[in-house]
Amino acid sequence: MTTHTLEESVAKSPPGAAASSARRRPGRFRRAGLPYLLLLPALVLELLVHLVPMVIGIVMSFKELTQFYIRDWGTAPWSGLGNYRLSVDFHAPVGAALLHSFLVTVGFTLLSVALCWLIGTVAALFLQDTFRGRGLLRALFLVPYALPVYAAVITWVFMFQHDNGLVNHVLHDQLHIGAKPAFWLIGDNSFYALLTVSVWKGWPFAFLVVTAGLQNIPGELYEAAALDGAGMWQRIRRITLPSLRPVNQVLVLVLFLWTFNDFNTPYVLFGRSAPEAADLVSVHIYQASFVTWNFGTGSAMSVLLLLFLLVVTGGYLLATSRERRTSDV
Amino acid sequence: MSDSPLAPPPSFRWARRVFLTLLTGFVLLPVYVMLSSSLKPLADVSGKFRWVPSGLTIRPYIDMWSTVPLARYFVNSLIVAGSATVLSVVVAVFAAYAVSRYDFRGKRVFTVTVLSTQMFPGILFLLPLFLLYVNIGNATGIALFGSRGGLILTYLTFSLPFSIWMLTGYLDSVPRDLDEAALVDGCGPLGALFRIVVPAAIPGIVAVAVYAFMTAWGEVLFASVMTNDTTRTLAVGLQGYSTLNDVYWNQIMAASLVVSVPVVAGFLLLQRYLVAGLTAGAVK
Repeated sequence: MTTHTLEESVAKSPPGAAASSARRRPGRFRRAGLPYLLLLPALVLELLVHLVPMVIGIVMSFKELTQFYIRDWGTAPWSGLGNYRLSVDFHAPVGAALLHSFLVTVGFTLLSVALCWLIGTVAALFLQDTFRGRGLLRALFLVPYALPVYAAVITWVFMFQHDNGLVNHVLHDQLHIGAKPAFWLIGDNSFYALLTVSVWKGWPFAFLVVTAGLQNIPGELYEAAALDGAGMWQRIRRITLPSLRPVNQVLVLVLFLWTFNDFNTPYVLFGRSAPEAADLVSVHIYQASFVTWNFGTGSAMSVLLLLFLLVVTGGYLLATSRERRTSDV
Repeated sequence: MSDSPLAPPPSFRWARRVFLTLLTGFVLLPVYVMLSSSLKPLADVSGKFRWVPSGLTIRPYIDMWSTVPLARYFVNSLIVAGSATVLSVVVAVFAAYAVSRYDFRGKRVFTVTVLSTQMFPGILFLLPLFLLYVNIGNATGIALFGSRGGLILTYLTFSLPFSIWMLTGYLDSVPRDLDEAALVDGCGPLGALFRIVVPAAIPGIVAVAVYAFMTAWGEVLFASVMTNDTTRTLAVGLQGYSTLNDVYWNQIMAASLVVSVPVVAGFLLLQRYLVAGLTAGAVK
C-alpha cells in the first residue's frame, strides 16, 4: 500500500508542478506567489533526487529486497526490523563487519579532519602577510582541491605500487627503511595510505575557508595589539584564532561530514573491495548492496549511518551554539 | 598591514619557510609523478620507479586514445558536466534570488532542508535512486538509468545546495536599492533579476559554476552505477586502463593529466572569484 502511493506521488509531482506554473500567466502572478515560483525548480529537483529517494530508502530498509525483487521492488515482502537486526547483530559476521567498518571510519575521519584543519590553518596563517611568491603558492596549494578526484587518486595508486611505485622506491631503495618493500594498498598499511591521500586532497579546502575567514578580521585589531607590545605569535593566539572560531565551527563540521561520507577516494584507491584496515563505511555498504544485491540490508545500514550523522551533527550544533552563547555573556 | 610593528620576527619567518617548503613538496609530489610518468617509455613505469625518465616520449599521449575509448568518455563527461553546470546555475540563481530578496513562509524550512541534504551519505540515496530510475524507465519508457540525462539530473542536485547557499550570501551583498530602482522603473521582478542583479553578481555566479562543474566532473559513485558502455564518463572510464592485462601506467598518467587540465586551468583562472564568492557567501 504505502509503496504504491509513494510511487504514484513520485510520478505525479513533476507534471503537477508544471501544471500549477502554467496556470499562472507570467506577469500576472502576485508578489506573494513569486518566491515560491522561483524556488519551484530547486524544490522539484531536491524532492526527486534527494528527499523522495531518502523516503524510499527508509521504506526499503524494512523490506526483504533481494535480487529477485529488483525489477518490481513493490512486491518484495516486508521484513519488519529484520534488516536492522541483521546489521547490528555484532556477534554475526554481517554485524561484526559493519561495526568494524564503522570504527575504522570514525578513527580515519577524526585523524583526517584534524590534520586537514591543522595544515590548512597553519598554511593560511603563513600566507597572510604579503611576501614574494605568495600568489604562486596560494594557487599551487589549491591544485589538489581542483584536480578531479579520480585523476589524483589514480596517481597515488601508482605511487603506492609495490614494485614500481615512488613510495617504496624512496622508503626502501633510497632511505633503506624496513627489510622488505611494504604493501600499501592491501593489509594494515592501507589505512595510512588512505589517510595520506585524504589529507592531501582535503586540506586545501580548510586552507581556502580559513583564508577567506582571515580577510574578515579587521586590521585595526592587529595594529592595536602590536601597539600594546604583542608579538606575532601572541597576536595569532589572542586575536586570529579566537576570531576564526565561528568559521572553524562550520569548517570542522563540513570536513567531518565530507570525510565520513567519502566514497570516491577509497573506491578509486582500492577498487570494489577495500582492505579490512581501510574499509570505510560507504564502500562497505556499497559492496554489501551491489555484490550481494541485498538492497534491504544495505538500506538499513544507510539509515543507521544517517541516524548516527544526525545525532553527531545535532549534538555538535547544540554544543557549539551553547558555547557561543556563554562566551557572549 | 605591512608597517614595522607588525613585521614578522625571524622565528616566524623561519618557521614559515620550513613549513611552506615541506608542504609544497607534499602537494607537488603527485603532480610531478603524473607529469614525468606521462612522458616516460613503458619500461620506465613498469620497472623500479625513476625520478628522471630514461628518455622522453609523447607515445603515451597518442596511444591512450586507442587503449580505451577515452574520446567517448571525454565527450560524455563534457556533456554531463556542462549541462549539469548550466542547469544548476540557472536553478540556483532563481532560488537564491527568492531567498535573498523575499520574505515568505517556509523560507527557513527550505534553506535548512536543502542544506541538510548535503550531509546525507551519498550511499543512502544511491540505492533508491537506482531503483527509482529503473522503475521510471520500466513504467514510462523514459530512460534515466544508464542515460546521460539521468546523470545530469543527479549531478545538478549535488551542487545545488551549496550553490544556493553561496549565491544567497552573494546576492545579499548586492545592494537592494539597485533592483528596487529597476522595479520602480517598470522592470518586472524577473527583469530586475536578469538586467540588474545577475550582472552585479557575476563573480558569485562564476564561482558557483566552477564549483558545479568540478563536482560533476569528478564524481565517481553514481557514475559507476548509473552509466553503461556508451554513456560511461571519465570518472569510471579511466579505471579501464588498470583492468587490462598490462597496466600502462604512462598512458594512465597521460590520460589523468589531460582530464585534469580543463578543471585545474579553469579553477586557477577563476579562483579569485571563488575566494570572493566564498568570503561573501559562506563566511559570515
